Amino acid sequence: MPISPSDTHDLVVIGAGPAGLAAAVTAAGFGLRVALVDAAARPGGQFYRQPAPGLGAARPEALHHSWRAFARRTARLDAQLAAGRVRHFAAHHVWAVTRDPAHWTVHAVTGPDGAQGRAEVRAPHVLLATGAHERQLPFPGWTVPGVVGAGGAQAMLKAGLVLPGRRIVVAGSGPLLLAVAGTLAAAGATVPVVAEASGYAGYARAPRTLAANPRKLVEGAGHAVTLLRHGVRLRSRSAVTAVHGTDRVEAVTVTRLDRDWRPVPGTGQRIPCDALAVGHGLVPQLELATALGCATRAAPDGTWALVLDDQQRTTVDGIWAAGETGGVGGSELAFVEGELAAYGIAHRAVRDSLRRRRDRLRRFARTMAAAHAPRPGWTGWLREDTEVCRCEEVTAGRIREAVSGLGARDTRTVKLLTRAGMGWCQGRMCGPAVARLAGQSGPAADRRPLACPVVLGELAGEQG
Amino acid sequence: MTRRRTPVDVVRAAPGPAFEIRLDGRPLVALPGQSIAAALWAAGVLSWRTTRRDGRPRGAFCGIGSCFDCLATVNGRPNQRACLVPARPGDTITTQEGHGHADLTV
Repeated sequence: MPISPSDTHDLVVIGAGPAGLAAAVTAAGFGLRVALVDAAARPGGQFYRQPAPGLGAARPEALHHSWRAFARRTARLDAQLAAGRVRHFAAHHVWAVTRDPAHWTVHAVTGPDGAQGRAEVRAPHVLLATGAHERQLPFPGWTVPGVVGAGGAQAMLKAGLVLPGRRIVVAGSGPLLLAVAGTLAAAGATVPVVAEASGYAGYARAPRTLAANPRKLVEGAGHAVTLLRHGVRLRSRSAVTAVHGTDRVEAVTVTRLDRDWRPVPGTGQRIPCDALAVGHGLVPQLELATALGCATRAAPDGTWALVLDDQQRTTVDGIWAAGETGGVGGSELAFVEGELAAYGIAHRAVRDSLRRRRDRLRRFARTMAAAHAPRPGWTGWLREDTEVCRCEEVTAGRIREAVSGLGARDTRTVKLLTRAGMGWCQGRMCGPAVARLAGQSGPAADRRPLACPVVLGELAGEQG
Repeated sequence: MTRRRTPVDVVRAAPGPAFEIRLDGRPLVALPGQSIAAALWAAGVLSWRTTRRDGRPRGAFCGIGSCFDCLATVNGRPNQRACLVPARPGDTITTQEGHGHADLTV
């Protein structure tokens, strides 16, 4: 369904999660013609993933936090869709944004897995609200079936009403773990333990930021109550350092970590389970932005985020960003930033209160990011035969050999020597780990010429 | 023993009629709207691909289309991300082995 070049909008929003949704409805409220382009069938992003209509869920909110904030925006979206002010391009995977003399052209492939054709949407302004994916750090056994992403387990639960097992250990680092454990337990899983590699002392070092964000404290307390009610034990400074089972998870070993995330010898404890949900925070999805030349900055959690001004503008004229693309900060901040961006794009004066709320939530996000940032000692739990790159099955031993024997000093050289990061996921899963093993403090900001898979036939059909 | 609570109970779901899909010839039940990966998880199946080098089993990992671990051959088309593709009545899913070229001539 290619769209004719004359079919332009005032704004293309890429991503219909909290940031994109808020931006689209706010901008449309100011009279802008908005195209909302999103990979999923329904708006909400990864945070507000919902069961498909065919599943007939009467209470989808039972698996969600702050559902009302979402429902308010979707009601506005429905009204604006009906009024023709917003067009929603669902199941559209954006693979590139290009510049024409007067417009940006957003190129997408369509269908659930992007295999049903092409579409282009144009506008003078583009808002990148592409969110994040989970950061993974490898450990022995993390490729065994039954080991799933923490966010992945939650996504599959919210959308498909399924669990990967009945007794699920949750591990990794970051506030998402508590939400995931709570959701899994509420849905009937037994969660024997949540292993958090960091401590929680980092928060205490920022008392003013905490005091300014009482809702975040209430949210944290809410998670704690949920976990208590379901008998979930929270172990800080601990990590899964081994998975037992060959074709399926049968148990995991949880080991104490020192302050630098080095496993403390002799502290391993075997915990029977049939699944493990694991993740170490989130990584902003910046491929489209970096391809356009938007400047990035290092975030306190070791990821890269876009450099944004007070109005959510990137350093490239006409390209705006909101939500996780500006640094991982959660749904509440994403709603606020999406709204702020819409004010800027529509040249409307912003209420001071909205800007203050953004700044306050951003400060909290920074505190949180620093508290859970991976510490370098985690490489101490890798064995030589631990796979680091899942796609190309490249082990830690081969990467270390490339570094110590062949002189590789960065992810690019390691990739050329070992194929780590060269497979289907293009380093999305192994990038942070390979960078650390190569001696970098963190990976470079994502640069991929295509933001999602595109079959050659579609590329060949591009007009030169 | 009381029946264990399920995700379907928690959201008070009343799914449309269940239908059959097949994994390597074995009949499984899927609910309307579930992705192929979700239907396989619901049936207790966690792996439906083997890796190219070591032939190790893999299934859904990231659950959002980023990791490509859940690739499957669906109705003869290889390399479909099972976590993104909705299950449809009569779908035949084949364990994807190795390079994922299936019977394509390469």
